[in-house]
Amino acid sequence: MSDAAIPPGILIERESANRPNYLNWSHTVKDWLLTSDHKRIAILYLISITFMFGLGGIAAMAIRAELVLPHGHLMESETYNKVFTMHGVVMIFFFLVPSIPATLGNFVLPLMIGARDLAFPRLNLLSWYLYTIGGVISLGAMICGGVDAGWTFYTPYSSIYSNSNISVTLLGLFIAGFSSITTGINFIVTIHKMRAPGLTWMRLPLFVWAHYATSVIIVLGTPVVAVTLGLVLTERLLHIGIFDPAIGGDPILFQHMFWFYSHPAVYIMILPSMGIISEVVACFCRKRVFGYSFVCGSTLAIAGFGFMVWGHHMFITGQSVYTGMIFSALTFIVAVPSAIKVFNWTATIYKGEVVFSAPMIYALGFIGLFTIGGLTGLYCASLTVDVHINMTYFIVAHFHYVMVGGATLGYLAGLHFWWPKMTGRMYPEGWAKLSAGLVFVGFNLTFFPQFILGWLGMPRRYHYYPVEFQTWHVLSTAGATVLAVSYIIPIIYFIWSLKYGEKVGPNPWGAAGLEWTISSPPLPHNFDNLPTVTWEAYNYEVPHADEEVDHSGGIVGDEQPSH
Amino acid sequence: MNNFPLLPDQASTYATQVDAIGLALTSLTAFFTAVVFILVTVFAIRYRRGSNVNRKTAGDHNTWVEIAWSLPLVGIALVMFVWNVKPYAEVFNPPPDAEEIFVIGKRWMWHLQHSVNGIRENNELHVPVGRPFKLTLISQDVIHGFYVPDFRIKRDAMPGQYNTVWFTATKPGKHHLFCSEYCGTDHSQMGGWVYVMTPGDYNNWVRSGGTSAAPPKTPEQAGYELFTQLACGNCHKNQDAIRAPTLYNLYGRQRNLQNGKVVTADDSYIRKAIRTPEEVLLQGYNATMPTYKDSLDEEQVHDLIMYIKSLGNGAATNGKTAATAPKQGNKPTSEGEQQVTPVVTGATQANSAPQVDTALSNPTVKPAKPTTLPGNATSTVGGSTTR
Repeated sequence: MSDAAIPPGILIERESANRPNYLNWSHTVKDWLLTSDHKRIAILYLISITFMFGLGGIAAMAIRAELVLPHGHLMESETYNKVFTMHGVVMIFFFLVPSIPATLGNFVLPLMIGARDLAFPRLNLLSWYLYTIGGVISLGAMICGGVDAGWTFYTPYSSIYSNSNISVTLLGLFIAGFSSITTGINFIVTIHKMRAPGLTWMRLPLFVWAHYATSVIIVLGTPVVAVTLGLVLTERLLHIGIFDPAIGGDPILFQHMFWFYSHPAVYIMILPSMGIISEVVACFCRKRVFGYSFVCGSTLAIAGFGFMVWGHHMFITGQSVYTGMIFSALTFIVAVPSAIKVFNWTATIYKGEVVFSAPMIYALGFIGLFTIGGLTGLYCASLTVDVHINMTYFIVAHFHYVMVGGATLGYLAGLHFWWPKMTGRMYPEGWAKLSAGLVFVGFNLTFFPQFILGWLGMPRRYHYYPVEFQTWHVLSTAGATVLAVSYIIPIIYFIWSLKYGEKVGPNPWGAAGLEWTISSPPLPHNFDNLPTVTWEAYNYEVPHADEEVDHSGGIVGDEQPSH
Repeated sequence: MNNFPLLPDQASTYATQVDAIGLALTSLTAFFTAVVFILVTVFAIRYRRGSNVNRKTAGDHNTWVEIAWSLPLVGIALVMFVWNVKPYAEVFNPPPDAEEIFVIGKRWMWHLQHSVNGIRENNELHVPVGRPFKLTLISQDVIHGFYVPDFRIKRDAMPGQYNTVWFTATKPGKHHLFCSEYCGTDHSQMGGWVYVMTPGDYNNWVRSGGTSAAPPKTPEQAGYELFTQLACGNCHKNQDAIRAPTLYNLYGRQRNLQNGKVVTADDSYIRKAIRTPEEVLLQGYNATMPTYKDSLDEEQVHDLIMYIKSLGNGAATNGKTAATAPKQGNKPTSEGEQQVTPVVTGATQANSAPQVDTALSNPTVKPAKPTTLPGNATSTVGGSTTR
């Protein structure tokens, strides 16, 4: 076949299934650890972040178990503080930030744009090593001795007063930050320079747009937090006054610098997830995403406005009330592009041909939970109301709706969507649908009570709490247990599917997109012949890729809706 | 106590404002969540694969639809924003008649002092209904957060900076006081109760000396004693001298600093001028004043500020040469109160006034007889210093 236009849905090489793919062309440890193949690096990342997610999850369960009783029963206050710090640090810096870009983004993005790899394959490998080194250092510090500053590391507590392993942890985070930066640079250059012929910007899948916007945020924001953490280290180790007023510093300066990164970091976590939802909803509605250009524009708007709202974390700190007002107005405005996305996904479902596959159920869960997470963000944007709910469980509930209900459900949707592409095998769909339903129920049971707790005035990071809040805490812990089960089930069936899962063809979902035109798992170099794109994204109007073929080999038969 | 609470008590005037906006937000959230849930569910089921429905005319782009659902959102967002502006601007700017309470956060307790009657409390605060109270907060170590959920107010107590917030309690009862900003090991135990009382109960409580064991001293009186003890009056006379400016009518006046800035002499400025005077040197003076950063704690600094505040308000002299006499200076004072640790009467503002003159000019000699302040003279002099 030539480099000429390849109609979507036509396989480049049917027989490629018998050729060595990226997984089995070699089996040595060295070939895995020194690989520059974006797909293998994605797998390395997948294993690492799953490990981190497990650790963060164990810490979460310890917190929930402890809070069943108002006066503690498992640990000392100091231990409790270390456990919630570990939960936050691990989940934010070592799970949520790299989760989608470094695994699914790494794997799928070059395939989507018809490239043989990222622009800088070795930089990509370096990124994983930086992540791993940073992770080992931070985890070591958190496990051997512990850190009790909370993931926000507010000064002067973190820089002067805390006696825990702050310095080493910060060093680890500092290093891990560079793994984000290298990934971001890699994605930006790749998207600019390595798109297949004919794949214009407005033909890009929205997943690619999401990663482009995310990468820009990463590259602009992460260096700021690296500098900030460096300054905390400077004050802590050298006693040079930067943030502690006792030695001439300003504690609010830290908060400005920290949130200048850490608020956009929320969008680093949620934007790729939104990209996945666009892919999944389009595929399982058999329809082009409604209002492609608006969804795309809203992605960029979120990335842009996201940098101008950090001050809403500081309404009660003593920053000028006028500053507060500007940040409040901008925060209200940033809600609009998010809403536009939700409306467009809803409109995509309208008159679609909806297939209730596991990824789609996760995606529908995302839309529901993100809607609640986004709308409760308005409470935080409201100056007056924020004075009441800031630093309470309301905030905890709000950002878990966005970070877990949003980012993590999107990640799971994407993992289920591309798992057959990554492994060449299908997981048991029945179990996947069960756990997708379970995660929705468990999640709401865990975090909805926390909205009520927060409105009642329960402050966050409290080891002991007044007795009248106990009922809600018990409900929340019950939900967390369900949630834990719903995370464990996929881990089991994904591993099971590696050996026993049904083999699938190149395009088990009948999806549009270049990644579905090549074999599953892909060849080491992805494309024998680089494709030329002559069609728009999500061209589901034309019959697709082995939609017919897959009745035999793709989706597990009895799970498929009749058609 | 109710084991299944849904809403917190509404115990301050601010709480009503917060709850009104909260209700509006909850309605918006419920409405939009319902719209999305219902539409997604209905569409997903109706258009499931295999269902026999009309799928024609399913467009994938409609600019008017996009505008139609975006613009109202912008409108709603702006309305919600504007609604918030006024109450937020007000909650941190106390009305002038608010009684002041000084709050120090330290790991892991709250220390509070009523400025009018001098009563000190730890982890408890007693206030009457219907009267505005201003809290001036500072922390002695890390950041703390003063949070009374039933009042819906929260304000960080920062190290090195005064923050203010105020409230008028409306409902007698016992309300939680929390520390909302994570501050280390016993963060969750840093709190107590706010007791809101009827005015009658409150007066009884004040008359019995509150919770203090020792007869309370107002911050102003403590500040006067400290002023004397530290011999501040050796340099700070009752009018500008070569070594130092007078402190009469200092409060609220514009100060021209050597670094070129013009600042208002408020609590934060005076705090800085006591602790690190070299940072806020006044034009025309040398850096002769010692640093009190390490020798005075936050409470002592605040006592001094309250004393200096009692020496008259110079805000009226800004930009004028001759100003009206400061309020306190003209107040007639009762005899014989200045040396005695006063009984709490609420008339303490007048107490320190007679002591001032002597304290400034000769800190070692106690005033024999209360006199009224030479208000006009000092304010004129004060006016000229700002030139």
